[in-house]
Amino acid sequence: MTRIVSRSRLLVAGLAVSGLIVAGCGGSSSNKSSSSDSSTSKAPQLAAATLAGSGSTFQQPFNELAIQEFQKGQPKVTVTYGGGGSGKGQTDLKGNLVQWAGSDTPIKPADAAGYKPVFYFPTVAAPITVSYNLSGVGKLQLSADTLSKIFQRQIVKWDDPAIKAENSGVSLPSTAITVVHRSDSSGTTANFSDFLQKAAPSTWKLGSDKTIDWPAGTQSGNGNPGVAQVIKSTNGAVGYVDFSDAKQAGLSFASIKNSAGSFVAPSLDSASAALASATVNTNLTYDPINAPGADAYPITSPTYVIVYQSQTGAVGNALKGWLDFLLGPGQDLAQQVDFTKLPQSILSKAQAQVQQIKVS
Amino acid sequence: MAIDTRPAPAPAAPPPAPLAGGPNPPGRISDRVLFVLAIVGGGLVLVILALIAVSMISKGWPAVRSQGLDYFTSDVWDPAHGVFGTLAFTFGTVVISAIALLFAVPLSVGIALFITEVAPRSLRRHIIYVVDLLAAVPSVVYGLWGIAVLAPALPGFYTYVHDIVAPIPVLGTVLDGDPIVGKSFMTAALILALMVTPIITSITRETFATVPQSQKDAAYALGATRWEMIRAAVFPHSRSGMVSAVLLGLGRAIGETIAVALVIGSNAQITAKMFSGGDALPSVIANEFGEATGTQRSALIGMGVMIFFITLTIGIIARTVLNRSARRAEGSL
Repeated sequence: MTRIVSRSRLLVAGLAVSGLIVAGCGGSSSNKSSSSDSSTSKAPQLAAATLAGSGSTFQQPFNELAIQEFQKGQPKVTVTYGGGGSGKGQTDLKGNLVQWAGSDTPIKPADAAGYKPVFYFPTVAAPITVSYNLSGVGKLQLSADTLSKIFQRQIVKWDDPAIKAENSGVSLPSTAITVVHRSDSSGTTANFSDFLQKAAPSTWKLGSDKTIDWPAGTQSGNGNPGVAQVIKSTNGAVGYVDFSDAKQAGLSFASIKNSAGSFVAPSLDSASAALASATVNTNLTYDPINAPGADAYPITSPTYVIVYQSQTGAVGNALKGWLDFLLGPGQDLAQQVDFTKLPQSILSKAQAQVQQIKVS
Repeated sequence: MAIDTRPAPAPAAPPPAPLAGGPNPPGRISDRVLFVLAIVGGGLVLVILALIAVSMISKGWPAVRSQGLDYFTSDVWDPAHGVFGTLAFTFGTVVISAIALLFAVPLSVGIALFITEVAPRSLRRHIIYVVDLLAAVPSVVYGLWGIAVLAPALPGFYTYVHDIVAPIPVLGTVLDGDPIVGKSFMTAALILALMVTPIITSITRETFATVPQSQKDAAYALGATRWEMIRAAVFPHSRSGMVSAVLLGLGRAIGETIAVALVIGSNAQITAKMFSGGDALPSVIANEFGEATGTQRSALIGMGVMIFFITLTIGIIARTVLNRSARRAEGSL
């Protein structure tokens, strides 16, 4: 025991000394660091404050990376993000447990009563893939209509005429289709079903929500990685998985027919095209699902940071600094974690909105 | 309240015996402090229980108000259309708990009998140790094992079983799936059986150990074989202990969340085919609470109330059975 203690004490002392050295020659060493670092170090130093956040797990990888980078430039501000789901983020904000909430959907009008006035800040976005596992088939094209029928179990074999018609030249086996959905409530489910409802309103009957009453005979996985896992281990499986998890699991993606009539594969570029052509509401919420534009990937999921419009003291200033970072240097981090940054049209509006936060 | 009145006669017994052991007389003040402390402690349990019940019922009530009786009697859980019926989940909870007990009870009684009556003395302590260790494994470990090892391996086995029993009328339907999948009612039941076995084993073993040697010897003296001795001496003496062991196991099975959520498949449906995916009350809460708002949130809290009352009822039944058989045992002596 004592040996461990003394060793850790030595370590602490060593760190303190090296910290002094780094601080001493900070001027010269900062030149070597990356461009994003130098831009954050230009920002004025904020007073000590803690910014607690929770909510959407979809934006969590981006938030975690952004927090890491932000705190390099603002060591006195502590930012946390607790995940837990968009619903939890909204309830936590309502209960004043957090200063910022991550959410994939705006607060429902029916629930809005308990909130003080809020601002929505779009931060990043990402495509939701329709991933499949079908041995011998490396390329697949699906329309919303066919996709609806597959997920409603009206089409149960891969060589169904409806699928064949959209994939001329591809030899499809007669393997049974296994539909994989989320076992947990999720914004990914909400956005995927929202797309089917918008693009195939006459075929899709299951509605759009974070939990869908899926037909019998479908399978489920917990979280995006869980769904990816089931698809990967089941021949004939198809499911919806967010871009970064699908990529990590090495799954094949289907190209989806967009509203302009062209089949588009999911990628950061095609998602970016969907953002650029989406109409933005006055409160900065926007809907890139089934967006127009020939290159737009139709199942692109937005996500927001929600904060109260009026803030107080050091916390308020820190919050503004944090949002400035998310909408400034933070945007360049998005690609590292398979998110697409906002197009300039949305970004400039969001940056302007940061200035409207009242700090008293 | 009802729970409190029943065991009341029991605490009346200890006072005559100076259980505290140590110096009795000089403890006037300390006795009083202990008295107050015990009253506060005992009362606090009831207060906390009541507060939990009140706050959960009040938060779950909006769901009952918006859904009416359908909240309990409909099997349609469709948040997209604002329909929240919980019957499919209640069904799942009841069915997987029942199947789990079907597997776990004979197995546990067998293990307990083996430990107390059959196993050599040197082996006994090691088996007890291992069984108790199994009871201490966190449920998420069982769940992860279920999802990573059991669920992928089971569909083949299920298909094999189904092909054998297909012609038999009832079994052919129950041991079937639509389609047969690894994450199903049956898999959840198997995991639960595995989880409650150590609990039931531990308590039945303790009960079996209290059977007086004289009664066993008497049975042997009458020419009983070992099995006849167990039936004539061990079982009648241990009935109440076995019942409470089973009910405690059932309590754990009904409330088990994570392990079940991982392997049950998350399909809201009522079906006789146990090899297909289903869902249970606690796992739905675990899966959907984080993202739920409004009516869905109240509906989930309401389901918590339902679990609360189901386990409470089981607890009361267990107490009643125990008291009744204890009284009967006193009468027979």
